[in-house]
Amino acid sequence: MRIAIALLLLISAHFAWAHKPSDSYLTLMSTDSAVDGRWDIALRDLDYALGLDADQDGAITWGELRARHDDIAAYALARLKLDADGTACATRMIRHEIDDHSDGAYAVLRFRADCSHQPVALNIDYRLFFDLDAQHKGLLGLTHGGATQSVIFSADAPRRHIAIGAPDHWREFGDYLRNGVWHIWIGFDHILFLLSLLLPAVLLRRDRRWQAGESFAAAFREVAKVVTAFTVAHSITLSIAALGVVSPPSRWVESAIAASVVLAALNNIRPVVTGRRWIMAFVFGLVHGFGFAAVLVDLGLPKANLLIALVAFNGGVELGQLAIVTAFLPVAWWLRQGLFYRRVVFMAGSIAVAAIAAAWLIERAFDVRLVT
Amino acid sequence: MRIHVAFVTACALASAAQSLHADPRVPVDDREVVERLPVAPGAEAQELRALRAALAQAPGDLGLAVRVARGYVAIGRSTGDPRYAGYAQAALAPWWHLADPPIEVQVLRATLRQRVHDFDGALADLDAVLTRAPRNAQARLTRATVLTVQSRLDEAAQECARLKGLVDELIALACSENVGGLTGRLRQSEARLRAALVRSTDTDPGTHSWVAAGLAEMAERAGNTEAAAAGFRDALAADPDDVYSLAAYADQLLDHDRPEAVIRLLKARTRVDGLLLRYALAAQRLGRDDALSSIEQLRARFDASRRRGDRVHLREEARFLLHLARDVPGALTVAKENWSVQKEPADARVLLEAALAARDEASRRVVQSWVALHHLEDAKLTNMLRKSNPIRN
Repeated sequence: MRIAIALLLLISAHFAWAHKPSDSYLTLMSTDSAVDGRWDIALRDLDYALGLDADQDGAITWGELRARHDDIAAYALARLKLDADGTACATRMIRHEIDDHSDGAYAVLRFRADCSHQPVALNIDYRLFFDLDAQHKGLLGLTHGGATQSVIFSADAPRRHIAIGAPDHWREFGDYLRNGVWHIWIGFDHILFLLSLLLPAVLLRRDRRWQAGESFAAAFREVAKVVTAFTVAHSITLSIAALGVVSPPSRWVESAIAASVVLAALNNIRPVVTGRRWIMAFVFGLVHGFGFAAVLVDLGLPKANLLIALVAFNGGVELGQLAIVTAFLPVAWWLRQGLFYRRVVFMAGSIAVAAIAAAWLIERAFDVRLVT
Repeated sequence: MRIHVAFVTACALASAAQSLHADPRVPVDDREVVERLPVAPGAEAQELRALRAALAQAPGDLGLAVRVARGYVAIGRSTGDPRYAGYAQAALAPWWHLADPPIEVQVLRATLRQRVHDFDGALADLDAVLTRAPRNAQARLTRATVLTVQSRLDEAAQECARLKGLVDELIALACSENVGGLTGRLRQSEARLRAALVRSTDTDPGTHSWVAAGLAEMAERAGNTEAAAAGFRDALAADPDDVYSLAAYADQLLDHDRPEAVIRLLKARTRVDGLLLRYALAAQRLGRDDALSSIEQLRARFDASRRRGDRVHLREEARFLLHLARDVPGALTVAKENWSVQKEPADARVLLEAALAARDEASRRVVQSWVALHHLEDAKLTNMLRKSNPIRN
């Protein structure tokens, strides 16, 4: 009869599951020459390996667990080897926590691996529990430079070579360049400011009236002066703010940018400054530069490659501007003779811009919502 | 009103999800219980722990390794806890990757492979064992079981026939009649097996439970509700913790609209996922407060299983998606995938339900042809098929 018992215990095809098999969850974040780790390991598995339930009452208390923290760290970290391009990284425990997963409580090990340099490839050797539970798996999420890759370690695949890649300066340059262009493209306040200054470039102010400009070269020079002044000015403040020399409060900066748009538009309706608009572009350009800097800081500045980021972002902003100017000038020149340009585009346009910017100014200065 | 309900539901889901993914914490009280360990069956587990310690000293000891592995496989079956399968496999590590391992190891390897639904791998091992040792009863019985799950019923019947004389008469008969019950001889098979169970008075509880549960399923398929319920109770009286009987009984109770009985039966056993599924189905039907948290817990467990790359729980996942998550297209996809792996009446049932919900005529016809091919008698399934006319889109 004993044979029968043994036989039946082994056939169970129709019922193969319950609970969850053993998994650990490893999260690694690679930054410069260090790897920060969070490792969630089921207390049940640690108990099977190390015997955590000191009084054998079937319950693990925080006290019992705390008493074994050193053993747990030593046991686990000895079974996880990280190396940077063949040079071992030294792991050290930072702190112990616990977390509840869908199948019970897990020990959370926070640790740090110090590598000799920033790795091009990270080699990971994961050996936790495979000798005790051949179906255990280690689920890794490795984050590097904003991208996350997932890897599953198993008894049959305990080692992984993960290419992180050398820091790619060209790619970084491209990223910041794109961000600069993008910011001009979505930054209506910058576009409207620039357009307000450019609209009169194809016109002439004579006898307190606007007339069509006579020389394309003169219009082109005017545009070039305004754009250059704006660019030089915002490059200056963008740099000093990004480098942390000064950092004016963003509410003031944003309000001043809105005010600059209002003034530029009003100046078209009731001109005060007619001759030297480039000075206006320069003065207010200084304010806009602080606005760009805030975006750049939000994007996260790489400490190692600050200069690259700065130059690329600024370059992106210039390219964006250039695109706007290139689209604007020929059309404006072509339209300048007609009443449509002077009445609708120039006058009504400037009034609309002044109104929108005034709304922004109130919103930003008083922190209220007028238009969505 | 509708919006209100939706809002409350969303809030409840959000809070349930949050409770499952709370931030790591550091308890302040040393007396706080952070985890309760599952209680492994007493004396056996003690003995096994001693054996494991001995094996750690002598990992190459084949006899010891096989004893440890068998012990863990047995605990794994009775508790339904997959970790024990991993422990068993670890004990066999020195031989696990051999093309021609010792016969005892290869039989155990087949057993562990079928548990993760690697049925083809299991059959390859079993064929190899039976070539070398044609009278290995364990290999024959396991092979018959795997073939039944794969719906290769002619081959399964042959394998059961070869068991005669190798094992206890009742077991050989149960093997044959279980297959007979799936191939158009339901009533005769049930009667013959029932008579044999009554005749054999000295049956051990494990065998009794197995045969009684099989009989209960046959009775249910024959539409004999009372006999089925009595059979499941009989099986559970012999082995109260048998996960398979508990799940099958809960399904029967759900089919006959007795969700409160399911709650009573499974309340203390929801740590087992398969039982949690039935519990959640019953709780939902009763509109109980814990229905939502059970559903979220199941979702988290299925997600965890998918993350590790497991495709073992497809039958249950399809039921979860169809009835609890209400993701009909997802349910049909998983039910079809499950059907490509295993083909038992329960697999046909979930495929048909998903097909009808998704108005997928092709899948409906798959089930219809399968039932016709084997002359399967299953009251519920044939009733559903009869009521469902061909779906036209």
